[in-house]
Amino acid sequence: MTAGVSIRGVTQRYGSALALDAVDLEIAAGEFVVLLGPSGCGKTTLLNIIGGFAEPTSGSVLIGGRDMGGVAPKDRPTTTVFQDYALFPHMTLAENVGFGLRMRGVSRAARDAKAEEMLALVGLEGRGARRPHELSGGQRQRVALARALAVEPDVLLLDEPLGALDLKLRRAMQDELKAIQRRVGTTFVHVTHDQEEAMAIADRIVVMNGGRIADQGPPREVYLRPKSLFSAGFMGEVNKVPVTGGEAAFGPVAVPDGVLCIRPEAISEGGRLRLGPCRVVETVFFGTHLRAHVAPVAAPGLRLVVHLPQGAAVEPGAAVEPGAVLDLGAEDFTVLEA
Amino acid sequence: MRALSWAYLAVAYAFVFLPVVVLVAFSFQDGRLPVPPFQGFTLEWYGRVLGERDLMEALVNSALVAGVSSLIALILGFLAAHALARVRLPGSVLMRGVLIAPMTVSYLIIALGLLTVFNQAGVRLSLWTAGVGHVVINLPLCFAITYAAMGDHQKNAERAARDLGAPEWKVLALVSAPMLAAPLAAAFFLSVTFSWDEFIIAFLLTRFDVTLPVEIWSMLRSGISPATNAVGSLVFLVSVTLVVLLEVFVFRRVK
Repeated sequence: MTAGVSIRGVTQRYGSALALDAVDLEIAAGEFVVLLGPSGCGKTTLLNIIGGFAEPTSGSVLIGGRDMGGVAPKDRPTTTVFQDYALFPHMTLAENVGFGLRMRGVSRAARDAKAEEMLALVGLEGRGARRPHELSGGQRQRVALARALAVEPDVLLLDEPLGALDLKLRRAMQDELKAIQRRVGTTFVHVTHDQEEAMAIADRIVVMNGGRIADQGPPREVYLRPKSLFSAGFMGEVNKVPVTGGEAAFGPVAVPDGVLCIRPEAISEGGRLRLGPCRVVETVFFGTHLRAHVAPVAAPGLRLVVHLPQGAAVEPGAAVEPGAVLDLGAEDFTVLEA
Repeated sequence: MRALSWAYLAVAYAFVFLPVVVLVAFSFQDGRLPVPPFQGFTLEWYGRVLGERDLMEALVNSALVAGVSSLIALILGFLAAHALARVRLPGSVLMRGVLIAPMTVSYLIIALGLLTVFNQAGVRLSLWTAGVGHVVINLPLCFAITYAAMGDHQKNAERAARDLGAPEWKVLALVSAPMLAAPLAAAFFLSVTFSWDEFIIAFLLTRFDVTLPVEIWSMLRSGISPATNAVGSLVFLVSVTLVVLLEVFVFRRVK
């Protein structure tokens, strides 16, 4: 059971505030789409509109080609996984998972069988008789997922489902979420403000800012070839160097005018876009890499963040110390309009 | 200092409970009058009270009025609380105020008001009219208790239930009410105790069938006797039982 979602010119106003500004988005059936953005960017509003919890001021939402205007949440082919799980504390796990089927008039035996199957899907087989308060946060979120999937929705909406979990558990759940999505084939629309989470699970990331879509595409493309400065900055750390008339602060560069965006890990001693000699100002050891602040000798006021290999050193065996001068270049970069 | 505070506690409890202790003690008086000196122990008065038809009928009436009126007050209070907690309406602050306001009005005024209304409307006084009076006094209580207990926790679960296909009445019956079981039970038992003990409204709004406090009052008019003490002790026993049940099954579980 899966269906595509079409969002056509959806605008949402709360009084004078514009939460969504004429958003157009096509989501294919079976796609895992992540709406990514800072709080207040409109991502949750958009999810609520797809789920039917809010009616857009203007524009329309189609699910599987059917216009959802005026259709209540209970009548939509969508279900939601909420950040705070929203499990029913007075029911067992099996009753929680079977709730949606109960509302559809499915018999108790069939419900229990389906509940057990869904609990097994999320790795909680045989725990149907337990109650939510006996579970850890991660397990509760799995139950919430099983409950939402039990009714076989065409589209599953996930509202920051991993937001309440600690980092390690969150990373583990991401992989699982992705695996479950592949198995059930349902369209997933997932909201988060964590760009690492987005990259780990999404088929497509939709970066939102100020009620508009700032960028979208597969994780790789959004990260490496962002289409807006906002998206470049939100997806990860980036060095932004203005270029005018082929001149940057540190010297001439062969790129069009705009803002030269270079990821810290794209800078090395071998990069093809030469930045010239740079003086190391400060270094911090990060385990996977050495994070350094450097200032080009030609432009001492400019600070660039560079991720160097752990063993990077001017001389073999020595550590990179502040004060050292490295000849750096960028392997990969994008130029965006200012 | 420590001894002083214990003494203070003892005096405070004595002040509160001495009348009850005296009432209960003299219900066992082997004599005509429930006054000192204590002349010996007997269960005769209890036997006489339990054998008296008027009293036993009044007892059943009281239980019926208390049970039914509390249930109605609870349902109405819960629905009002749910609506005002969930739906943003113009003037909800005012509506909340108006719902709680009867708490501040004396029972006598409420009873007189209802009496006038019933007379005007040509409604004959009965246990039903007394029940209406008890709904009026207990509805604000039920509303206030359930309203205070409603939080975002329930709100999100209700949203999830709707999302999973539950129509509104099933959201209320299967999610909201069970999640509020403890406060609902507390509101119900408190209403029952208030209704069970209530005199003025029951006195003014009943005629032939009366509730227990009204029956006791008419007993008292013909003079005091250990029998009235016995009835009083029985009423007290029921109230205490309700409060203990409330403590054990509701408040204990909330903690």
